[in-house]
Amino acid sequence: MKKIKEWFRALWHFPSAVMGLAIIIFLLGVAAYALVTIPYKEAVRLWRGGEEVWYKNPKYAAPAWLNFFSTKKQPLSFTVDSEDGSMTKTVTANSADISTVDITYSFDYTYDGFPDEMILYFTPTIIKKFPFVSISWLTPDGRKIRIADMAVEYKATFRFSQDKKLQTRLNTENVMQALFADPKAETPTPLKGAYQLVISGTTFEAGSQIAAQFVFQGKLFGLAGTDKYRRDLLLPLLYGTPIALAFGLLAALGTSLLTMVIAAIGTWYGGWVDELIQRITAINMVLPFLAILIMVGTFYSRSIWLMLGIAILLSIFSGSIMTYRSIFVQSKESSYIEAARAYGASSSRIIFSYLIPRMIPLLIPALVSSVPSFVFLEASLAVLGLGDPILPTWGKVINDALGDGALYQGRYYWVVEPTILLMITGFGFALLGFALDRILNPRLRDI
Amino acid sequence: MATETLTTPAPETPLVKQKFTNSTFMRLLRYTALRLVTLAITVVVGVYLTIMIANMGGYVDTIMRNEVTDNITQSIASNPAYRNMASSVREKLIKEKIANEVERLGLNQPFAVRSFRYLTNALTLNLGRAINMTSDHGSKQVRLILLERLPATLLLTGTSELILFFASVFIALSLSRRYGSWFDKLTIALSPTSAAPPWFYGIFFILIFAAVLRVLPFGGLVDSPPPVNKLAYGLNILKHLILPGISVIISSIFLSIYNWRTFFLIYSSEDYVEMAKAKGLPPRDVERRYILRPTLPTIITNFALLVITLWTGFTITETVFLWPGLGITLFRAIGFYDTPVIVGSTIIYAYMLALTIFLLDFVYALVDPRVKVGSGSSR
Repeated sequence: MKKIKEWFRALWHFPSAVMGLAIIIFLLGVAAYALVTIPYKEAVRLWRGGEEVWYKNPKYAAPAWLNFFSTKKQPLSFTVDSEDGSMTKTVTANSADISTVDITYSFDYTYDGFPDEMILYFTPTIIKKFPFVSISWLTPDGRKIRIADMAVEYKATFRFSQDKKLQTRLNTENVMQALFADPKAETPTPLKGAYQLVISGTTFEAGSQIAAQFVFQGKLFGLAGTDKYRRDLLLPLLYGTPIALAFGLLAALGTSLLTMVIAAIGTWYGGWVDELIQRITAINMVLPFLAILIMVGTFYSRSIWLMLGIAILLSIFSGSIMTYRSIFVQSKESSYIEAARAYGASSSRIIFSYLIPRMIPLLIPALVSSVPSFVFLEASLAVLGLGDPILPTWGKVINDALGDGALYQGRYYWVVEPTILLMITGFGFALLGFALDRILNPRLRDI
Repeated sequence: MATETLTTPAPETPLVKQKFTNSTFMRLLRYTALRLVTLAITVVVGVYLTIMIANMGGYVDTIMRNEVTDNITQSIASNPAYRNMASSVREKLIKEKIANEVERLGLNQPFAVRSFRYLTNALTLNLGRAINMTSDHGSKQVRLILLERLPATLLLTGTSELILFFASVFIALSLSRRYGSWFDKLTIALSPTSAAPPWFYGIFFILIFAAVLRVLPFGGLVDSPPPVNKLAYGLNILKHLILPGISVIISSIFLSIYNWRTFFLIYSSEDYVEMAKAKGLPPRDVERRYILRPTLPTIITNFALLVITLWTGFTITETVFLWPGLGITLFRAIGFYDTPVIVGSTIIYAYMLALTIFLLDFVYALVDPRVKVGSGSSR
């Protein structure tokens, strides 16, 4: 216990170690937050969900904070609903059966680009007769554009850009430009100011109602943007953290502990046990590590936990077993082991209580330093298309982005966000591992 | 220099020497034979394990058989030429075709038998024919498929790894001389950057140099269409080599320099180095005789192991840069369940590794007078 305190005090003198530790604690915080706010099942459901989950989001939207760095401001996405009060809704009863429903929404448009799409979702309450709505659009310069008149049959969806009638009325296929452009400008530039969407509906029976949801899909969305399937990238970025940490830490812990225990057992018993371990290590050097992981992923299962097990299995019998072995050979001959043997300590007691604890100062830096390689291994497999099929991970996002040509198309955020997170994780553990190595490894202490 | 070390005077008296040499020779022979046998067993077991994994212990057979049945049934069902055939005749035709295809793929033999045939073929370097893959020239010979991709891989791995190795050893040597300098500290500070693999830097470089600045290509080996002129063709390949090459170098150079530097520093703090310095030897001589000489075995080992890894290629870096090398071929072979190609690329690596390990023992004896070949066997 006192020793651990000493190590921590020594760590304090390394700014890089403090930074690494801070990064790791931050990542653990993010991981805990993700696990608490999004349960595992919910994360999988959202990640695998299609249009029905993500219909509100625009496709390929960049993150909203890009506007801070750009002089040309792009429109942000938003959703408003008549039922939660974000759209003004007034119902006037004209007679016992007929009543008018007015739903309006005004918003300030101050961007330099055009939005992707605007969609209205109507949810009517119908007993027998369909309600009727007419939609119109008021621009800042006072023009009133008739959008559509339609009967609302059950759940109705009205997409502005795809409505053929509206396209012919506006005499263009690009409805968004026609609705937002300044008519006086020569090149299409958006007219800034207050726009108003007016929906005036009529219901024809008592108890009939209209609820509307207005989805405005701009060019930017949320903190992380969206991908090809309209999924909010914040989900995989957040939820990828616990997965990456779990994979990296479990693999590093499993590999280094098992390596050490096997090396200790081999050296202690010597003879054929030792020989067998050395032969297995030699054979393992011949086996192609990545190719075996790829084969398991292709032929058998892409489950991340299976990959984890195989990665540990293949990494146990590596070069480090030889390093540990050479140190154990030395300490096996030391006098305190001889003393233990003399008073009749059992083999397992000597291995686990005397041999291994002495190695912990060497084990810890090696363990921390090997975490990044496993975190990147998971991402590497995902980049090859062998990522876990159901879990949202950083590697999957990179794979999706590269597969969709995000770099060619200029959707850099899609690639950069997960890679930056991977880099931060790798850096954090590497920084801490390096500092620990310099503190705990006696050979390096003065260099 | 190497022969010089061999003539280090033995401490024995001349009378005993005759007997000593004789027994040394026997011991050397026994040691060599033992070493060869263990290495051979290692290679055989390693390759057999790879064969077993490449078939998932026979599970891949089931996948392939189902695939064959599906494909043939589909193609006959959708072929209008067979439409008017009686269904019993068609059934028979399908069965015949499936049997043919199963025989062509060798699936009619039990996997246990086939696995040993794969093993003997692999060990005799009879790489055979691929199951599904073909080379760009249309050949199904595994040898040709691999040879066709070898130049591209060697170009990438060779240039980048050799630059990486020599640059890091030389920079490390000069850093160990100027230990504690500003540049030394910078290298230590940057060494955690090597936590990321080459493809990771590759993505960033593609983003900066190909996507944003548009000065270098996104990937591939040459432009399409390739330049006709030979010189222009070569230059074009070099242009495509820059980004993947630099990714490989950047991803490990700082850690590599750091490791070598630490390694040299440990050796340069030895007493005999201090002694040499105190004697007033020029720094160059101290470095050559007292630091480089004892570290030579390690440098050689690292270099030899590096040379054999050149052969395997970088699967993911090649995938990210669409570099048509062996790594990407192995990846595709796995996707096609093409055991001969997978085994073919493994066996060559295994042989090269075993040979290198075997030769290294003798190289040690040449460069390091302290090591006597064969003395390790009586441990």
